[in-house]
Amino acid sequence: MSHSAHSEAEHGHIIGYGTFIKVWAALVVLTFALVGLSATHNETLILFGLLVITPTKASLVFYYFMHLKYENAALKYMVVATLGVLVIFLFLTFTDYLYR
Amino acid sequence: MNGTVQTPAAPAEHRDYLGAKLGMWIFVFTELVLFGGLFIAYGVYREIHPADFHEASNELNVKLGVTNTLVLLTSSLTMVLSIVAIRLRRKGQSIFFLASTMLLGCTFLVNKFFEWSAKIHHGIYPGSEHLMARPPGQRLFFGLYYGMTGLHGLHVTVGIIIMAFMMYFLVHDKIRHDDFIKLENAGLYWHLVDVIWIFLLPLFYLAA
Repeated sequence: MSHSAHSEAEHGHIIGYGTFIKVWAALVVLTFALVGLSATHNETLILFGLLVITPTKASLVFYYFMHLKYENAALKYMVVATLGVLVIFLFLTFTDYLYR
Repeated sequence: MNGTVQTPAAPAEHRDYLGAKLGMWIFVFTELVLFGGLFIAYGVYREIHPADFHEASNELNVKLGVTNTLVLLTSSLTMVLSIVAIRLRRKGQSIFFLASTMLLGCTFLVNKFFEWSAKIHHGIYPGSEHLMARPPGQRLFFGLYYGMTGLHGLHVTVGIIIMAFMMYFLVHDKIRHDDFIKLENAGLYWHLVDVIWIFLLPLFYLAA
């Protein structure tokens, strides 16, 4: 492995402006979709916005802007583990409050 | 063997790109857990006081909330473009994008200032007579609103200060096309602040 190839592997290849501008456009569209859904006052649609659109937006930021797509598997697992811990805490707290 | 000796290029200085990045990510995890805990608190109180949360959320300025979302999303874009630019050896563009990010961060805080001022002007702030006279669920909603957007605003402020340092490094060639981990880590922090706001928008402004 040449030095430059090693460096490429560490830093990942350079992604041009275009990809990020597209991701930003998607984020803006999803934001307006979220606002639109909340204006319907339909509970199912609002829940869809909160549980699907919002995490999708966060994932796009993590995946592209925070470069996670181009990181190694170990770092990806660490992110999943952290979010997993949060979900466990969410679950435990809610079951405690709802069934006490 | 062709006779030429391959000598590895001696590194001028020790750099641990992976270590630096991993360290920043671990910090990001602690931040996720910090805000995650607050989001769980929000969820529980909303479950207990659904009507009060609904009513209190109605009073927040949706337009300002959405505007600030667009400001922060755009600032995340300029942040990432600043990193791409320096990697492509376009120092001028990198400086321009970083300056734009700082400006957008300041715009966010100015909007936040006007939003909070309006609320405080209407007597809605933690411990105010007007708020204490309201049902407990609304007091909790505004307590969480000030606490969470306040902590987030503090992060935005810190982010702008960090970027001021990055600007200095960039101008003085301490951040270069082959050594940009500082800028990348500053970017990780800034995007984290963006992600937190992505969740604050539907929970506070669009909850009505």
